[in-house]
Parts: sequence; C-alpha cells; structure tokens
Amino acid sequence: MNVFQFISQNRTEVLELTLEHLWMVGISTLLAVIIGIPLGILITRRPALNKPVIGSANIIQTVPSLALFGFLLPVPWIGARADRLAILALTLYALLPLIRNTYAGIKGVDGSVIEAGRGMGMTDRQLLFQVELPLALGVIIAGVRVAAVISVGLATIAAAIGAGGLGEYIFRGLAMVNNQLILAGAIPAAALALLCDVSLGWLERRLGTRAIVPQS
Amino acid sequence: MSTDHPSKNGLAIEFRNVSYSFAEGSELISSLNLQVHRSETLVLLGRSGSGKTTTLKLINALASPTAGEVFVEGRSTSQWNTIRLRRGIGYVIQDAGLFPHFTVEQNIGLVPTIENWPADRIRQRVIELLQVVGLDASLASRYPRELSGGQRQRVGVARALAADPPILLMDEPFGALDPITRAELQREFLALQRRLEKTVVFVTHDLREALLLGSRIALMEAGKLVAALPPDEFVRSTDPLVKQYLDAFGELPTTNGNRGCA
Repeated sequence: MNVFQFISQNRTEVLELTLEHLWMVGISTLLAVIIGIPLGILITRRPALNKPVIGSANIIQTVPSLALFGFLLPVPWIGARADRLAILALTLYALLPLIRNTYAGIKGVDGSVIEAGRGMGMTDRQLLFQVELPLALGVIIAGVRVAAVISVGLATIAAAIGAGGLGEYIFRGLAMVNNQLILAGAIPAAALALLCDVSLGWLERRLGTRAIVPQS
Repeated sequence: MSTDHPSKNGLAIEFRNVSYSFAEGSELISSLNLQVHRSETLVLLGRSGSGKTTTLKLINALASPTAGEVFVEGRSTSQWNTIRLRRGIGYVIQDAGLFPHFTVEQNIGLVPTIENWPADRIRQRVIELLQVVGLDASLASRYPRELSGGQRQRVGVARALAADPPILLMDEPFGALDPITRAELQREFLALQRRLEKTVVFVTHDLREALLLGSRIALMEAGKLVAALPPDEFVRSTDPLVKQYLDAFGELPTTNGNRGCA
C-alpha cells in the first residue's frame, strides 16, 4: 500500500488531524500577533526595552521544542491539557518574528515622512495608526508568514505530548518503523506549510505594495 | 520691496538667548537672539551644519531649547500645547515628506482632517489649494510617486497652507529640484507670498535664493547668528563672515531690486 492509498483510505482521520494541526497553528499565530505586534510597537517607543524584549524572544527561540513542551508541563491550567500546552509553546516561538518585523517595519518608515507628520501636529497615536503601521504592514505580514510556516513544522512535534495534529502519524510511524505512516503525516504537513507561505505571501504583496502602487 | 515696519506689525517669532545642545554637550545653537516680524520672509542662510534647520525646529517644538526661550505669537513654546502650536504652523521640508500611502487629496487635507473639519469643507479646501499652487484638480486622486518632483513640492506647500496657518516654516523646500523647476517655484512662491502675507522662515544654503526670496537674511555660522539684514544691505555688509559667504558665490547679479527677471 503506498502512502496516497493510505491517505485516501483514512481520509476522515487525516482530515481530522489536519484540522487539529491547523487549529494549533492558527490559534498560536493569532495569539502571537496579539502579543507580538504591541510588543514590537512598544520597543520602537521605549528603546531601553529593545534589548530585553528581543533578547527574551531570542532565548525562547533557542530552546529545543521538546524541551519547551517539557518545561511547560508543570504550569497550572496550561499543563492540564496537551493542546493548551502546545498552543502556548507555538505562540512563544512565533513571537520573535512578529516582534522583530513589527519593529523593523516601523523603523524602516522614511524619517522625513514621520517628521512631516509630527511637524504638522499629528499626535503619537495618529502617527502610529495613520502613518507608521500602514507603511509597515507589508513587513509585519512577512513576520506573520514566517511565524505561521515555522509553527506548521513545530506543531508536528506537539504530538509527542499528545496534542494531536499530523505529528500523530509521524510519531506512530517512527515507533512502528513504517515509512508510509511517517509520510502520511509529513506530506500533508508540508502541504499546509506551503499553503500558509503562498497565501500569506500573496497578502504581504497586496498590503505591502498598497503604499507604493496606487489602487486602480 | 518695503518691509513692513516691526512696531506696526509686532513679532511673530522671537528667540531670546536660545541655546540648543545634545546630551553629550556639543552646542548646535548658542545664545541666539532673533526676531521674526509678522508677514516678513526671513531667510536663514548658512552652510551645512550651521544650525539653521535646528533653529527652524525650535520654532515648531520639534526641538526644545536647552537654554533660553522661543516665543511664538508672544507665547513661549514651552507654554504652548505642542500639538496646537504645530497645527498653527505650516511646515514644508526638502523632499516634501508626503505620505506615500495617501493620495494628493488626503495629503493636502491632512491637518483639516485631524482637526475634524467636515468632509465637504476639506474637499473644497483641497480644490482651492490645488489651484493656489498651480496644480490641476485632476491630480487630487494621484499618489505622490506618480508626481514629478516639482509637483510633489507644490503639494507639500499646499499641505502646509491647508489650515491657513499664520506662520510657514520651509526647510530647503526647493533644494532637490532641477534649476528650471526651482526658478519656477521660487517665482510662484514670491507671488503667493505677496498675496497671502504669511510669516515665513525659510532655510537655504543658496545665497541667490536667499537674496531673491528674503525680506531679511539671517546668516548663521557654527550655531551663531552672524547678521540679519535686508538683501541690499546684506550684499554691502563688511562683516568678514558675510563677505566670506558672498565671495564663495562669486559675482552676484541678483539683488532684491531686479527679482523676477530670471
């Protein structure tokens, strides 16, 4: 039996695991956006926080994923359910690209534009929402894209702590030394990663160039 | 051109013993005393790094004096609400600083919009201003990068005039333009200024531009004011630093008397 036959025979289970996978990636990326973008904005306003914030996100990034799952296990409420734990871990990993890209996007806005806005009496808030964020949007979406693609890969490891997702097949296949089973998890996961990359890439180009190319 | 008499007009801007330095201690402006009369065009002239742009930014509080006070309309900039102060001062910078994601109309209507004018009044004002700066109304829906350098700079001037501020600060507004476009915009600026009679502080390093546009020229050197004189007195000045600046530009055909014949 080849891998595609296996997938089509078990399509309900494959679909279920894919949806579980997407759920973990989607929720964690969303949480990372909600936390990461304000943090990125904050460090453009408070330069003293730049190093500690980026540094912490960097350190999290260097922790091996299995170890991070292990660390989080004793945390109350979070550790009680494997999917919560997986989502928290994925969120933490996704923070770095979001914080960094938000910061870089805003810092990359032409200084003369900011100065003109400030000189004409725009408040800090108006400057942020009407000038800096719209002009940084393309770079920020690029950060979301990187975060989502990384999450799809990392989420396969969440199966090791019983959080489900396409990693189930991979770990089962590893245990049974069954390559078909490993591929049945790996191929849909790779397809998901590509899908995230392409769709967010499209969004990035659309929103990023809005500032440059006029809409017709 | 007759300069309006200061006692009749009063002062729009006044620098009293103003110094400005970075935290590290290097002084960019030292003990500056300067008065700008209502409706005059004061040109701040000087080489790069002489402190003219900083002087300009002290007026709209983009920089705060480390010593002394800057008075705008009789009130110290430290007493002003910064946002209110800036909205009452038009600001034009070198490459216009237009918002690339805003149309021409949105750019010009910026201050009226943040001042919450009704939409139809903003629209009307934009059309009026496009005409004032000599742009076709059809450009309203364009984006800045679809415009030429000269057009962008006109939009920059229109944007600064939008809320009809009594004071206009211009930081080398024509510096990045080709000579023909620059001459054209200078002529139009003169015509506009005769009509609108704003108080203008104009920064340039170009002596010709200063002589053409200024009702007074303030020469700055290393953060200090060298002299502030009307153009005809400026060219006759015996001050060594003024002479040095004049000499650097060679022969000078243009003085205030024969402006316009470019």
